[in-house]
Amino acid sequence: MFRLFQMLFLALALPQVVSAAIEVPVVYLKQDVPRPPVLSNLDPIPDDLGSAGADLGLADNMTTGKFLGHTYTLETIVVPEGGDWIASAKQALALSPYVILDAPSDLLLGVADLPEAKDALLFNATSPDVALRNESCRANLLHTLPSNRMRTDALVQFFVKRRWTTLALISGAHPQDQAFAESLKQSVTKFGLELKAEKEWVFNADMRRNAAQEVPLFTQDLGEYDALLLADELDDFGRYIAYNTWIARPVAGSDGLRPVAWSDVVEQWGAVQMQNRFHELTGRDMRSEDYAAWAAFRSLGEAVTRTQSDDPATLRDYILSDAFELAGFKGRPMNYRGWNGQLRQPIPLVTGRAVVATAPLEGFLHQVSELDTLGIDQPESKCTAFDED
Amino acid sequence: MKLIALAAATLLAAPALADEIWVTNEKDDTISVIDIDTLEVVRTIPTGERPRGITFSKDHSVVYICASDSDAVQVMDPETGEILHDLPSGEDPEQFVLHPDNRRLYIANEDDAITTVVDTETRKVIAQIDVGIEPEGMAVSPDGTIAITTSETTNMAHWIDTESEQLFANTLVDSRPRHAEFVKEGSELWVSSEIGGTITVFDVATQAEKGKIRFEIQGVHPDRVQPVGFELTDDEKTAFVALGPSNHLAVINADTFEVEDYILVGRRVWHMEFNADKSLLFTTNGVSGDVTVVDVAKRKAIKTIKVGRFPWGAALRPTN
Repeated sequence: MFRLFQMLFLALALPQVVSAAIEVPVVYLKQDVPRPPVLSNLDPIPDDLGSAGADLGLADNMTTGKFLGHTYTLETIVVPEGGDWIASAKQALALSPYVILDAPSDLLLGVADLPEAKDALLFNATSPDVALRNESCRANLLHTLPSNRMRTDALVQFFVKRRWTTLALISGAHPQDQAFAESLKQSVTKFGLELKAEKEWVFNADMRRNAAQEVPLFTQDLGEYDALLLADELDDFGRYIAYNTWIARPVAGSDGLRPVAWSDVVEQWGAVQMQNRFHELTGRDMRSEDYAAWAAFRSLGEAVTRTQSDDPATLRDYILSDAFELAGFKGRPMNYRGWNGQLRQPIPLVTGRAVVATAPLEGFLHQVSELDTLGIDQPESKCTAFDED
Repeated sequence: MKLIALAAATLLAAPALADEIWVTNEKDDTISVIDIDTLEVVRTIPTGERPRGITFSKDHSVVYICASDSDAVQVMDPETGEILHDLPSGEDPEQFVLHPDNRRLYIANEDDAITTVVDTETRKVIAQIDVGIEPEGMAVSPDGTIAITTSETTNMAHWIDTESEQLFANTLVDSRPRHAEFVKEGSELWVSSEIGGTITVFDVATQAEKGKIRFEIQGVHPDRVQPVGFELTDDEKTAFVALGPSNHLAVINADTFEVEDYILVGRRVWHMEFNADKSLLFTTNGVSGDVTVVDVAKRKAIKTIKVGRFPWGAALRPTN
C-alpha cells in the first residue's frame, strides 16, 4: 500500500510527499522573572535565552518535515513581570497541546495541573529543580534541561576519577544557589567523597575592599581540600574566586569547571554544525537553556516523523518508549526516563575555553544506561505519576 | 622552496612505486601518504582547511579534496601535491562522490542543507539540490542513474535522479546517517546510522527497506557502537564496518546481514579504504590520530601507522 502510494506520487512527479499532511503547532511560554543585581555585568543574559533554541528546533523540524509533508509552527508568548501567568497558560493550551515552558518550578506545576493541560505534552526547558523530577513530578511534564542532581553527579564523577577526594564549598544565599549547594552535597555523599568545609558568601556593606581582595582571607579558614566548589547559580561572586583562594586549588561548580547541558565550547560529535546553525540564526552562542528548548522541539519532531501522527497521546507514548532516540550532538543517543520524564543526556564539564571531560565518565556503570549514573535513579525516585504507563 | 619540494616529489615519484593510501587529516590541514609496501608515511602534503572527503579521478590523474573550512573542493596533482585549482563547491563541503561519467561531482554541503553538483571540466555548478540538515553520506549507483545524499539531523536518505538532478524519493533511516554505498551491482543501498547504531539496507528498485544490520560487542555499551564508514570485498560477500568510539570494525556477512567478527582498531574509527587487491584494509582512527592496517583474510590488525591529527577520509592511489 505504502509502496503503491509512493509510486503513484512518483508518476505524478510529486516526489517529497509520502504521507498525509500534518501540522504541529508549538507554543513557547515564558514568564519574565526579575533578576537580583550581581557584582559584574560582563555577561548579560540574552533576552531570547531559551526561546532561540525553540526557533532552531522549529527550523530543524521544518527542514525534515518538508520531505514528509509535515509542518510546524512556533508561537512565543512572554508573560511580563506581574502578568497573569495562568491566563497566558490557558491561552497557550488553547493554541496547542505542545508547550515548551520557561518559568520557575511552581509556575510550571500550575500549568501542568490545569484541567486544560490534562492531555497536553509540556516540556520544562529551564528549571533544574530536582523536586520536579521527583516528588513533584507530573505525567504531562517532561524535562529536557538536566536537573541539578544530574549536573552535580557529573561533576563529582570527575573528582572521583581524578581522586580529588576532599572538597570545600562556598555557596551564595539565593534559593537557586542553595538548591545547587544541596545537590552538590548529595552528590558528594553519593560518590563517597568528603566535604570538609563550607561557607556562605554573605558580603554586604561591611565589605571594605573589592571581592577579589577579600577572597584569600575568606578562603583561609577552609583548611586543606582538593577542589573548591562554588554554588553561585546567579553568576554573582563566582568569577572572583579562581586564582584568589588562600591555597592553590581548582574551583568548580557554578564557575571554573562547570557541568552544563550545553556550552559554546562543545565541538565534538557534530556539535560544530549545530553551533554554526544557532549562531547564524541568533548571532550569539548557544547556552544550556537554548539547548533544552531545542531538544524539546526536536523530540516532538522526531516523534512526529517516526509515528506520522500529531496526536499528543501517541507522541507521548513514543517519546517515552525504547524506540525513541534523539541525536543531541553529545556522542550518544538520548531518550527519556520513562519513570519521571527526564531526558537522559551526557553532561559536558567545561571551562570557558574547552570541554574538560564529558560525564558519565568511563568506569561509572549502570544496569540500564550509563546515563542513569547521573541524577536521581529509579530505585530512589519518589516520582509515581508515570507509574500507570 | 617550491622547487625543492617539486624536485623531491619527482624523485619520490620516479621509480616503479608502490600503491599509496591517501589520508586526510582534518585538524592538521594535510594529507598523509602511506606507501602500501612499506606501510609507512612517505609524504605529507598541505591542503586547504579541514580536509575531509577525498577521491581520485577515474584515471587517478587528479585528486579531489573537500577542504571544508576553506569552502572549496581542491583539485590536486597527486604527483606534485600542487593545488591545480578549486572547484566551486558550495559552503562547507564535507563529503562527495564522483559520478561514473568522471565529470560530475556530487558534494554534500554540511552547513547549508544542500547537495551541489559540479562539472569538474567546466568547473561550473550544474545544480544545487535542497536536502535535509547536515548532509554527509554520498553515493552514486554503478549505472550512474541515482545519487544519494544522507542527512544527519533529518535522518533520511535522499534519492536524486541524476538526469533531472532532482529528488525522487526520501526515505527515513535511524538517527544520524553518515555513510551510504550501493552494493550488489547497485541493487541494494546501505546506509549507516551513527546514533541509531544500525545499517539500513534498501532495495533500490522500490526504495523499500529490506533489512537492518545491528551490532553488539561484548563489554562495549551499545551507545558507543556507532557505525560510520564501511566497505565491501570484491565478491561483495563481506562488509567491513567502522564502529566509531567502540574502536572496532565489524565484519558482516553481506548476504545474511549477520556480524561474523569484530576487529579492534584505533580510537573513533571513521572511514576505510582497501589496497588494490583488497587484501589489506586501512582505517582512519580520528581520536588516536593513526591508521590501522587490517589483514583482510586473517581479519586481524597487523600494524598501526601514525598520521596527522584527526584522520578522516582515505583513498587508494594505484601507481602501476
